[in-house]
Amino acid sequence: MRFTFDGKAIPAEPGQSIGAALIAAGHRSWRRTRIDAAPRGIFCGIGICHDCLVTVDGAANRRACLVEAAEDMRVTTQEGAGRAELEC
Amino acid sequence: MPNSSAERNEYDVAVIGAGPAGLAAAAAAADTGVSVALVDSGPRPGGQYWRHRTGDDGTHHHDWAEFTRLRARIREVDHLAEHAVWHIEPGFTVHATGRDPVRARRLVLAPGAHDRQLPFPGWTLPGVYTAGGVQALLKGHGVLAGKRIVVAGTGPFLLAVAAGLLDAGAGVAGVFEAGTPAGFARHPLAVAGALGKLGEGAGYLRVVGRRYRTRTMVIAAHGTGELSGVTVAKVDANWQVVPGTERDVACDALAVGYGFTPQLELPLQLGCATRLDADGSLVATADDRQMSTVEGVFLAGEVCGVGGSALAVTEGLIAGRHAAGVSAGSRLLRRRRAQRRFAGALHQAFPLRRGWLDRVGADTVVCRCEEVRHRAVTAAVDDLGATDPRTVKLLARPGMGLCQGRVCGFATACVVADRLGRTLIEADLRGLAARPVAQPVTLGELAG
Repeated sequence: MRFTFDGKAIPAEPGQSIGAALIAAGHRSWRRTRIDAAPRGIFCGIGICHDCLVTVDGAANRRACLVEAAEDMRVTTQEGAGRAELEC
Repeated sequence: MPNSSAERNEYDVAVIGAGPAGLAAAAAAADTGVSVALVDSGPRPGGQYWRHRTGDDGTHHHDWAEFTRLRARIREVDHLAEHAVWHIEPGFTVHATGRDPVRARRLVLAPGAHDRQLPFPGWTLPGVYTAGGVQALLKGHGVLAGKRIVVAGTGPFLLAVAAGLLDAGAGVAGVFEAGTPAGFARHPLAVAGALGKLGEGAGYLRVVGRRYRTRTMVIAAHGTGELSGVTVAKVDANWQVVPGTERDVACDALAVGYGFTPQLELPLQLGCATRLDADGSLVATADDRQMSTVEGVFLAGEVCGVGGSALAVTEGLIAGRHAAGVSAGSRLLRRRRAQRRFAGALHQAFPLRRGWLDRVGADTVVCRCEEVRHRAVTAAVDDLGATDPRTVKLLARPGMGLCQGRVCGFATACVVADRLGRTLIEADLRGLAARPVAQPVTLGELAG
């Protein structure tokens, strides 16, 4: 199974989260924070910390550690609040 | 009819959380013949402890036979999977994401816990993970967090994580336990018992072997953009660095945890009384029947005191029976007493010591979500006159972000109490743990 991450194909096994598949593919960070624009990836891995947010098929603020990867899913990195129309 | 009543919304008992405690409670309640709903955010039962992938044969799990036994006993239970409970109204109406509210005459709350974190310089770098997160990546997703992994913090859980990683073929650069050998010596039976029990099958300590270093802490993480190494140092009994012992260890992943923080949102929403436990955690108060101070609300597992999966199962069995209106037998009560004694000894053998506070520099991020640095937290005390963590939260924003203080709440409370020159009290933690909405929900769900 494959999904795309900022246009790049990432392999994933059934039941794997987006975040786990990204780590397996060598990515450790995929978000920039709102204030310091600091890189973040998975921290808690169980849906508590919200560090790993990504945009999935156009929906912002999905937790990469919880959302299971699916064929042809379109995952994109997220800057700040994750919505271009929000100024923060 | 097992698992087929999709439209059903009324039950005798609703159990929240499908980890060891919740599974046991659901099984025990269902055995008495009452109707039971088991509501859980995960796709499969097991919680964090028995987190697994579809088709997992349990090879790398502990107490897997217990899990399969409990799973078999919940055939008559409606397992409402992938529904995260975000609010409970008195009476009780359970609001969960993605479905109609569930009504129940009695509740068993078994929400579990997550890793407890203490901030240190560099801990926001990608590649720094919670110990539980690294284990979840492995057990739940079959992924190693790195090629060269450091495990650090305090408590027997570190050994479980390290042994699991080694078992899966990971490179483990070191396992650094901040606790003191003297602390172990005061409770040799408890520690030996814990290690022995944790070591079932795998022989954790033997597997981890010489990589295990006590009285040693990761005092900083380094890297440009991502983690490339950590500084470790020997510490004294109060976790102060022994000068001259600092050394750098190259790694691409750090798994760190200092015990666990129980999830208190739901008991606090319902008005349950709480207390400060021996390990410094805010926990909900339970009586001999596992009932909280709110009639009809029962508690099981870490929510009423961090004690591990075996105690959680025992408490779940007791809570499930009482929630169904049936007494628990004396054998269960005796088992609970022994397991609690054991948990208490572990809390004393692996305590947090004050020294970590001195390494949180003015520039160190305390709240990861709102990127609140230590200087902003202390300024709220020194310059703005805050006298409790709740006020600091309102003034400086630690705990105001997406995680709502789940990650930084404990540390923020410790920093504030220390700045005020006093010890941590229950009210400090309560002020940061109350969350009227326990899970992220859409506006549509709130309006519905």
